[in-house]
Amino acid sequence: MDGPEHVFDDRTPGVGEHEPTATYLSYTVGLGLAILATIASFVVSQTDWLWSPGIPVGLIVLAFAQIGVHLVFFLHLGSGPDSTNNVLALAFGVLIVFLVITGSVWIIANLNSNMMPMSP
Amino acid sequence: MLGRLTWAAIPINEPLPIISGAAVGLFVLAVLITITVKGWWPYLWREWLTSVDHKRIGIMYIVLGLVMLLRGFSDAIMMRTQQAIAVGTAQGYLPPEHYDQVFSAHGTIMIFFVAMPLVIGLMNFAVPLQLGVRDVAFPVLNSISLWLTATGALLINASLVIGNFARTGWMAYPPLSELAFSPDVGVDYYLWSLQISGVGSLLTGINFVTTILKLRAPGMTYFRMPVFCWTALASSLLIVAAFPILTATFIMLLLDRHLGMHFFTNDAGGNQMMYVNLFWAWGHPEVYILILPAFGIYSEVVATFSGKALFSYRSMVWATLGICILSFMVWLHHFFTMGAGADVNAFFGIMSSVIAVPTGVKVFNWLFTMFRGRIVFKTPMLFAVGFIVTFAIGGLTGVLLAVPPVDFVLHNSTFLVAHFHNVIIGGVLFGVLAGINYWFPKAFGFTLDERLGRASFWCWLIGFYLAFMPLYALGLMGMTRRLEHIPDPSWQPLLLVAEAGAIVILCAILCQIAQLYVSIRTREQRRDLTGDPWNGRTLEWSTSSPPPDYNFAVLPRVDSIDAFWHLKLAGRPPAAPAYEAIEMPRNSPAGFVTAFFAVVMGFSLIWQIWWLAILGFAAAATVVLIAGWSIEREHEISAAELARMERVR
Repeated sequence: MDGPEHVFDDRTPGVGEHEPTATYLSYTVGLGLAILATIASFVVSQTDWLWSPGIPVGLIVLAFAQIGVHLVFFLHLGSGPDSTNNVLALAFGVLIVFLVITGSVWIIANLNSNMMPMSP
Repeated sequence: MLGRLTWAAIPINEPLPIISGAAVGLFVLAVLITITVKGWWPYLWREWLTSVDHKRIGIMYIVLGLVMLLRGFSDAIMMRTQQAIAVGTAQGYLPPEHYDQVFSAHGTIMIFFVAMPLVIGLMNFAVPLQLGVRDVAFPVLNSISLWLTATGALLINASLVIGNFARTGWMAYPPLSELAFSPDVGVDYYLWSLQISGVGSLLTGINFVTTILKLRAPGMTYFRMPVFCWTALASSLLIVAAFPILTATFIMLLLDRHLGMHFFTNDAGGNQMMYVNLFWAWGHPEVYILILPAFGIYSEVVATFSGKALFSYRSMVWATLGICILSFMVWLHHFFTMGAGADVNAFFGIMSSVIAVPTGVKVFNWLFTMFRGRIVFKTPMLFAVGFIVTFAIGGLTGVLLAVPPVDFVLHNSTFLVAHFHNVIIGGVLFGVLAGINYWFPKAFGFTLDERLGRASFWCWLIGFYLAFMPLYALGLMGMTRRLEHIPDPSWQPLLLVAEAGAIVILCAILCQIAQLYVSIRTREQRRDLTGDPWNGRTLEWSTSSPPPDYNFAVLPRVDSIDAFWHLKLAGRPPAAPAYEAIEMPRNSPAGFVTAFFAVVMGFSLIWQIWWLAILGFAAAATVVLIAGWSIEREHEISAAELARMERVR
């Protein structure tokens, strides 16, 4: 058949599907990195090593790093052809989270700006 | 010891709930006694309650949905009657306190325990068969989903006789749903039954995304899947994306109610509009969770009964996926009037109109499929044609309501009530009824009575128009929704017409019950021996009716869309296929037992019997963990055994 079928050609049952190979080493590295990111966020929040207004930004960066570590080392999200489904699903999830969060912030901020000022 | 639960919880002084509760209780007791006397328990337990077969789970979902439809419909006809008679000086027969519970229960039940189980039931039954596989990806999880949904339904019905239900409307907006204004168990019944059944829905979504992405017959690429599988995939993706929002929102409301937090209270920095915002961030995708599979059913039905391939399969798929994304960009149109500025309202107004475009594409595809087709007007096709006309009207009033200035006039009026019943009855319910009539012969091996099916269709169609067209007019005349008493006598004639419509819909439901009864009585004459009563196009018609446990002795090989149609054109496959050993999931009591403990937990949480709630949760979690770690989950059917079973069939 034509075009997009080949783009989306996915293996189907009975065609010999192999699980992504994970090793003891990759899990250990993942665990190490996850612990590192966790400790780092505690350090950032409890010390003044970072410029204080930058602390939330630092925490957000570390949170994303943590998500990344989990996706790569524990959920085996890679760039191989096997992961197309997973990457697409992740993209869909990220899009929905983005829509709901930015939408809600925008809506409620817009609402507040239209409210009568509260008397102090 | 028993928390808030005392004898005062049973409303002895209110005749209506006690009488209806007693009637339902007697009926259930009669059914249980019949089962016991006839010795059907072992059969029921072995073949149904512990079954992990997607077909049986689907059928049980549909039975649950139809039973709850009776409950939701009796609420509806009670409200219609109250509004028809409580005009001017007359007060009707329902006190306000009871009427408020009735409309809240009607909405909650119809969305969560009628529409959802019916749609998910049809997905369960048809999707694996259409994909040409033997079960869903996680069969035991599927059974757990079913029974958790049933748990929610049981809890919501318990509120009829033990305590009361929410008086907040089906959205349970704060501040009314906060502890200060709803101190009794009503809102807790609402929250906990929906939390528990919501877990079931989420698990179903995960199950079906996995099934459709990972389990398909050899050769069935994405663009060879039947359209119903595509819409089930889109719907499942929406479940996975949207239901966590609802769960999180309800958790916040529960924290407000139980731990004195302030997410949605007006004091201490809470914002009640955040609840409304989050509720509809789930609520609008939910609309499409329900309607997309119905669109899929119409696509199958229209193609089959027109004897043609679906017009523009590709555009149908892309329209489905477009709706899937767009459905997350329109939710503010449910609360245009809350006070957001023109920018926000304009954006969501435009997006709401835009989402009508892919839906319009679908309508034209169905029309072009019928164009020059050889149309056979069986009951499913009648529902499909009735849907196209009715849904076009409902869609147009929806686009009208998407215009913010219009919405400011019509917000909370019966125009809105008419609009969403127009799309949910004319869209989802007609689709489900078409699907039930379409797949019934596949499920049970005999066709449904055509004459009573037609009668039921015409009653549904006429009853719908009689019941809801007056509400459009009344909305324009200024009637708001949820009125327990009608202040303006000039509205009464139209309300009487609406009442007549509700009675015609009652006739439709009676026709369906009669249709089932007559069809079962005369099943020997209406056996479907070919497995393909409608000259179908997709793989579910290639196996026998009813299909064996394993659906297909040999997995079909797919080379194109409408795989079975092309198989038929090419002539039958060779008579003696090469059987191989197959693995089938074992039955598991995990779902039923988990649900039993979930009922215990939910009931104790509602009545604040904390020790029992902890015990119930621990037990349910233990059962799930044991089921999760069990290794003996499959049994093998050897090739010889399979060949023997195939010969016997």
